[in-house]
Amino acid sequence: MKNNKALFSKDLVVASIGQSFRKLDPRIMFRNPIMFTVEVVTFVLLLVIVYSAAVGDASQGGFAYNMVLFVVLFLTLLFANFAEAIAEARGKAQADSLRKTREETPAKLRVGKDMKIVSSSTLKKGDIFECEAGDTIPMDGEIIEGLASIDESAITGESAPVIREAGGDKSSVTGGTKVLSDHIVVRVTAGQGQSFLDKMIALVEGASRQKTPNEIALTILLAGFTLVFVIVCMTLKPFADYVQTNITIAALVSLFVCLIPTTIGGLLSAIGIAGMDRALRANVITKSGKAVETAGDIDTLLLDKTGTITIGNRKATKFHAAEGVDKDAFIDACLLSSVADETPEGKSIVELGRESGHRMRNLPTAGARMIRFSAETKCSGVDLADGRRIRKGAYEAIRRIAEESGHPFTKEVNELVTAITSNGGTPLVVSENERIIGVIELQDIIKPGIQERFERLRRMGVKTVMVTGDNPLTAKYIAEKAGVDDYIAEAKPEDKMEYIKAEQQRGKLVAMMGDGTNDAPALAQADVGVAMNSGTQAAKEAGNMVDLDNDPTKLIEIVEIGKQLLMTRGTLTTFSIANDVAKYFAIVPALFMASIPALGALNIMGLHSPQSAILSAVIFNAVIIPILIPLALRGVKYKPIGASALLRRNLLIYGLGGVIAPFVGIKLIDMFVSIFM
Amino acid sequence: MNTEILGVVLQVVLLVAISWPLGRYIAKVYKGERTLLDFWAPVERKIYKICGIDPAEEMNWKQFLKALLTVNLFWFFWGMILLVCQGWLPLNPDGNAGQTPDQAFNTCISFMVNCNLQHYSGESGLTYFTQLYVIMLFQFVTAATGMAALAGIFKAMAGKTVQTIGNFWVYLVKSVTRILLPLSLIVGFILILNGTPMGFDGKQTLTTMEGATQEISQGPTAAIVPIKQLGTNGGGYFGSNSSHPLENPNYLTNATECWSILIIAMSMVFALGFYLQRKKLAAWIYGVMLAAFLTTVCFSVHFEMQGSEQIAEMGISQEIGSMEGKEIRNGSAGTALWAMVTTVTSNGSVNGMHDSLTPLTGMLTMLNMQINCWFGGVGVGFMNYYTFIIIAVFISGLMVGRTPEFLGKKIEAREMKIAVIVALLHPFVILTGTALSSFLAAHSPELASAWLNNPSFHGFSEMLYEYTSSAANNGSGFEGLVDNTPFWNISTGIVLILSRYLPIVGQVAIAGLLAQKKYIPESAGTLKTDTGTFSLMTFAVIFIVAALSFFPALTLGPIADTLSF
Repeated sequence: MKNNKALFSKDLVVASIGQSFRKLDPRIMFRNPIMFTVEVVTFVLLLVIVYSAAVGDASQGGFAYNMVLFVVLFLTLLFANFAEAIAEARGKAQADSLRKTREETPAKLRVGKDMKIVSSSTLKKGDIFECEAGDTIPMDGEIIEGLASIDESAITGESAPVIREAGGDKSSVTGGTKVLSDHIVVRVTAGQGQSFLDKMIALVEGASRQKTPNEIALTILLAGFTLVFVIVCMTLKPFADYVQTNITIAALVSLFVCLIPTTIGGLLSAIGIAGMDRALRANVITKSGKAVETAGDIDTLLLDKTGTITIGNRKATKFHAAEGVDKDAFIDACLLSSVADETPEGKSIVELGRESGHRMRNLPTAGARMIRFSAETKCSGVDLADGRRIRKGAYEAIRRIAEESGHPFTKEVNELVTAITSNGGTPLVVSENERIIGVIELQDIIKPGIQERFERLRRMGVKTVMVTGDNPLTAKYIAEKAGVDDYIAEAKPEDKMEYIKAEQQRGKLVAMMGDGTNDAPALAQADVGVAMNSGTQAAKEAGNMVDLDNDPTKLIEIVEIGKQLLMTRGTLTTFSIANDVAKYFAIVPALFMASIPALGALNIMGLHSPQSAILSAVIFNAVIIPILIPLALRGVKYKPIGASALLRRNLLIYGLGGVIAPFVGIKLIDMFVSIFM
Repeated sequence: MNTEILGVVLQVVLLVAISWPLGRYIAKVYKGERTLLDFWAPVERKIYKICGIDPAEEMNWKQFLKALLTVNLFWFFWGMILLVCQGWLPLNPDGNAGQTPDQAFNTCISFMVNCNLQHYSGESGLTYFTQLYVIMLFQFVTAATGMAALAGIFKAMAGKTVQTIGNFWVYLVKSVTRILLPLSLIVGFILILNGTPMGFDGKQTLTTMEGATQEISQGPTAAIVPIKQLGTNGGGYFGSNSSHPLENPNYLTNATECWSILIIAMSMVFALGFYLQRKKLAAWIYGVMLAAFLTTVCFSVHFEMQGSEQIAEMGISQEIGSMEGKEIRNGSAGTALWAMVTTVTSNGSVNGMHDSLTPLTGMLTMLNMQINCWFGGVGVGFMNYYTFIIIAVFISGLMVGRTPEFLGKKIEAREMKIAVIVALLHPFVILTGTALSSFLAAHSPELASAWLNNPSFHGFSEMLYEYTSSAANNGSGFEGLVDNTPFWNISTGIVLILSRYLPIVGQVAIAGLLAQKKYIPESAGTLKTDTGTFSLMTFAVIFIVAALSFFPALTLGPIADTLSF
């Protein structure tokens, strides 16, 4: 469910404004050391104003002017709180829209042998319920009996129904989705309020949100910067005493608030929440903020071939008739062999036949007996009314059939098979009355645009690895064609695990996507494990993200979201600190100009008066927070141009921009403010 | 070209040209590779044997620091005892008395931390014995301590997931025998040839041309002056340091001594490149430091050679520059260069009066010490830069969307905490110290007039300079300040100890912690640290954190001084 809501919708803003005031509570503020110090000094300023007014002390500056400063500082606090509140509100709104899909529905609860209709909200973990065509699934669960086609459009936005069945890798059903056909028995995997979505909502709401390691390190750095400026401002008072200048508390407080990194301090938590929110918008539920952050660091990406690199299934691309066999007769035989073959491969054979002018309806299918594919024979086919027996199947299977009945498996066919295999194709050998008549070439169809995505990943420094059950020759061919860096052929689940461990041994961070129970250990081992929502419960438990769309290419998006998250933090930190240069030049001359007129030469911006200079700097410092909220929520755009180029670019925009912007901004505000002074 | 400027240019060229091969040599020494001076090995083995050191022992960063701090404590007691008892000890032809305990305490601390703030005059306050076995010995071993700490950091940076960072004792001994001693011998030889005294005779009595009688102090000067410069110590043999004609007889010795201050600090940066096999990284770091250093040199040479218009108007010639407090043989350019060289490093020796520099040159000397990592003290200078690299790596790592890493190691909360504390310490001690003295001076006019030679902004600069110099372990003074009072002795003493040991402990700890981490190979997404962009970033971090914190203080000192001249 893509949500393209505007950044600030009216109801979100209203809710967030309320929250901004509630977050002024010092116990909540304390979590953010930078804004907490702002709150403390704002309170100090208020005390000074009240005291001065009460005893009529004029040494601390005019009442009205100080009041204006107080209001601006108070707004700074509110703006910072608003940034966090709006990020939370957006995340919650997004989660709520997903949660709405699972409103109260009746559930057919199994009690012993009987069945009872109860409300979905009363279901507990381990309960077993049944669903039939037309029912809405009341709760997340795992199918323990049966198979059904399900409409998951409420979650994924994809209208094509999907098949979910017991026992396989696609046994999970999600509450709120609809059963279209058949009958299934489901065991509840998570009770009310316990699903992944519920956990994620709790994360977004902040109650259980823990700071990520990287966020902690950044907070330490920012706290350090704050401390430096505590020292700078505290010592300025005795310095001023020495040169016989009176600095008002209001001016000192203003200098302090301007110098400490309030911009990043105010936006820091909003950036983190927005990261999870962006993941959710991509229909990925993250189990922790750390997972999103780690995604940005991923070095190696393990991708399943099927569904990610290639379009789900192989397609027939060419008919190769054996020597001495009429080509048209061969194609007819191929079509006949697939007459009742419902597999995608079978359908693609019929399609390819149609493209070369052969129609099934022209063929003698009346009275034909279908031979279904079985694991034992490894072939399928048809026995026609005229006595012809047509079989198609894997090379080994058909060869056995031919040789058992004394027909030769010619060298020429052998060569054909090898040629197809080394081209990345899969040969399907066709026999008529146990005699080989030709080979159908099946090819994997590489998803359009996938090469470009891998190229993009490579420029990001991410190594892509294709995992496939194909033989090494085929795997190599597809790997080269799709542009992945490495592949694991004939992969067993434990191969994935070993590959991940080997990469991690070399200090790399690995991400993978999986759905089956046998993927679970590898999902747990990987630094970022994304489980498909359709996957088994074990897989979903093992991974640290769940993709509601079951889209294997989602990993690429997740990596970019992670990078964006870190970049947004870094660039806003740089911007915030670079701002200080201009603020120094605005406030320091203002503090001393009156008593040491010579220092007026430092007033390079030509600000109107000391009062207007200080006020303008403080106003700039406050309004820059709401101005940057959209950037914090959307994230800085990631461009895969290499780390050095990226640093250069961001340093230019946010570093140099951070130096220049406040010079311009403060001057403009000063021009405006000076009208009133 | 003006010969004075030519002299400055030649000195700089000579520094850069020799720092490259010397850097390669230093890297070889610390790596334990073959060098020309391997004939020292038997002597070193003897030293290890006598001191009970196992040179093969590998230390982790905690053991390394323990060894470093223990030996410093030992030296403290050694110095205290000898200074107090010097009157009864041999080599005292002038019959100088022992130092009082509080003076000995101050001297001892100041030399132990490689600062060499001197509250005595060498001619009367020390004997030849203590000049050699306290002052000179400390000048060797404390310089070697800084170099050994950096050698440990080199090893830690080179290691991929290692627990140990080498043997402190071996680095210490080798720094002395292989680097400091040979260079000191060469420099000492040049000084002796040019007339610097070297002997154990007492004061010489002369009759001047005017017929007056003068007592000239002398002694083993040529032994001490080289290491004073090479080890970025700065404590002069004579009270007036290298402006004294026997300590620094002519322009050649002036150039040699000036070169000696910076050469090892410069070579250490190249040594990093050779040691880690990352010459590009070292070259960029060197480039940033050199560019910043040369900028200050250009400005100061300009200010000093130009002199002051206002003074010229008073009828005092400024044709050869502002010559107040300068020696004619060194010239205004030579003095300006020295003033920059001695403050970018933590040396602190002077060949002129810093109090008499034009206000903006005075500001540059302070700014150099406040930043304290443009080459910096031997060993510790690069270590200070390293702290800023860690902070710069962190911010720029985030900017490219990756958990920050430096040389394949992730920078996390713990390293960040240490780096921030170390970076904070410097502005903290300087500003709170100056604030305390300003407060006292502002509220007690008697104190102000007793301390300060000059009123107003220049007086403020004197106080700011004193704490800056102590915190940077520099030791030079804006000599206008009357600093031999209990207040200054105690407060600067505290600053000295904090600013020496806390950063060393922090920096070695960061390197040690990073060394233990898992090594991450580079990929296309890794931020490269050996690029111009990253170097610019580091510079910006240093400028904003180190320089801008002092902006308000500098405004009230030298800037107000200039503008209201």
